[in-house]
Amino acid sequence: MVEFFTTTNLGIVLTILGQCLLILIPLLVALAFLMYADRKVWAAVQMRKGPNVVGAFGLLQSFADFIKYIVKEVVVPAGADKAVFFLAPMITFVLAVIAWAVIPFNEGWVMSDINVAILYVFAVSSLEVYGVIMGGWASNSKYPFLGSLRSAAQMISYEVSIGLIIIGVIISTGSLNFGDIVAAQEGDWGILHWYFIPHFPMLFLFFISALAETNRPPFDLPEAESELVAGYQVEYSSTPFLLFMIGELMAVVLMCALVSLLFLGGWLSPIGFLPDGILWLVGKMAFCFFIFAMVKAIVPRFRYDQLMRLGWKVFLPMSLAWVVLVAFLAKFEVLGGFWARWAMGG
Amino acid sequence: MTQTDYTRAAKYFLLADIFKGFQLGFKYFFSPKATVNYPHEKGPLSPRFRGEHALRRYPNGEERCIACKLCEAVCPAQAITIDAEPRDDGSRRTTRYDIDMTKCIYCGFCQEACPVDAIVEGPNFEFSTETREELFYDKEKLLDNGDRWEAEIARNLELDAPYR
Repeated sequence: MVEFFTTTNLGIVLTILGQCLLILIPLLVALAFLMYADRKVWAAVQMRKGPNVVGAFGLLQSFADFIKYIVKEVVVPAGADKAVFFLAPMITFVLAVIAWAVIPFNEGWVMSDINVAILYVFAVSSLEVYGVIMGGWASNSKYPFLGSLRSAAQMISYEVSIGLIIIGVIISTGSLNFGDIVAAQEGDWGILHWYFIPHFPMLFLFFISALAETNRPPFDLPEAESELVAGYQVEYSSTPFLLFMIGELMAVVLMCALVSLLFLGGWLSPIGFLPDGILWLVGKMAFCFFIFAMVKAIVPRFRYDQLMRLGWKVFLPMSLAWVVLVAFLAKFEVLGGFWARWAMGG
Repeated sequence: MTQTDYTRAAKYFLLADIFKGFQLGFKYFFSPKATVNYPHEKGPLSPRFRGEHALRRYPNGEERCIACKLCEAVCPAQAITIDAEPRDDGSRRTTRYDIDMTKCIYCGFCQEACPVDAIVEGPNFEFSTETREELFYDKEKLLDNGDRWEAEIARNLELDAPYR
């Protein structure tokens, strides 16, 4: 039986399909509840109750929304490029999903344990801008077009600083594999070994860049409802809109996972004697998502030139300087390899 | 000048405003919610609330309206239409009392004008309908409203009486 799944072609394909489902289904279910949590947090800060009618405490709200979206009529604007119009949400959704192939949830719990995992995630997340651009362009409408133009510049700008921040972490680890990055943060002192201490300022830079990368407030210019109605999503309805929404939220959760893996020790427990495990990673991701949701509730939207200024004139120099600094600190093994985990045998 | 610039720069790079925002956000996060779960909970209404119209009756069942047409005359939206003729026992009564609720602006002038407290605006505000026609109220509908809401209307009139 085991031989069938490891040796025959059909068996291997079935195994991979099974692994896909094993990641996708819990992820999509979790996404439904994260959507609900997002709305609840947002409501709580505004002294509202949020969704509380469907199911106990409104827990099933997202599923009701899901049914609503899929039974609604798909409206295609006249003059839209139909093929691209429908391709755009699919690209957003698919790209948001495939990045999860290399994300480990526990020691060895990863679908594809490739040695350039972080590069792969980075490549996939930079492709996500295509969904937005194509959606905005194919709608053949003013607001979506403006929204997608903004989004293109914004996502490219912040990818630069995200990339440089990741390089700092890679220098410290000496590997591009998520498993190695988390393993390098392991130690007897638990939380004190995590990368958020040696790379302290970069945690915030990464988080803020992640907000911009996923079009979350205060950087939600592509869908700024007060100026662009809903940006590139204006002409979308029904299932294509649902795909856009899931894709966006999935990208947010992916960023939460990245913050947890790169800076917060992944599945490692913060205190040495407690067992490591997937629950720690889930907890850290939930914490990150909570902060994402809180930020959405408390910040006003950036102006477009402020956004560009922050990206190119603040984040880029800071992260670039940090890469140089970390490179020196690691090369000369300052503080006994505090920045050079490969030197400590970590 | 330079001093303030340094302070501003320090605040900017230490994300002072964001942390202050988080502090405020958390304060409201845990504060009591202002939401009223509308169909299940309702906010308080003043006794002077001007809602759906009703025609009242005397305790013996006789309708109050004497067809003086003051309400019809005072109505700024001209929503009220009244026809009248003497009844068999010689008393003057309406044969037709229509209010077009789509025209009505809920100013309460009809209630003010009425010498016998016959036409009143009750506390009901949940009378939305699916068709326009259902909002053309006739005498029967208004009297029916009066019977249904008499307890609340009487209470409100009593509470408001000292201020009139």
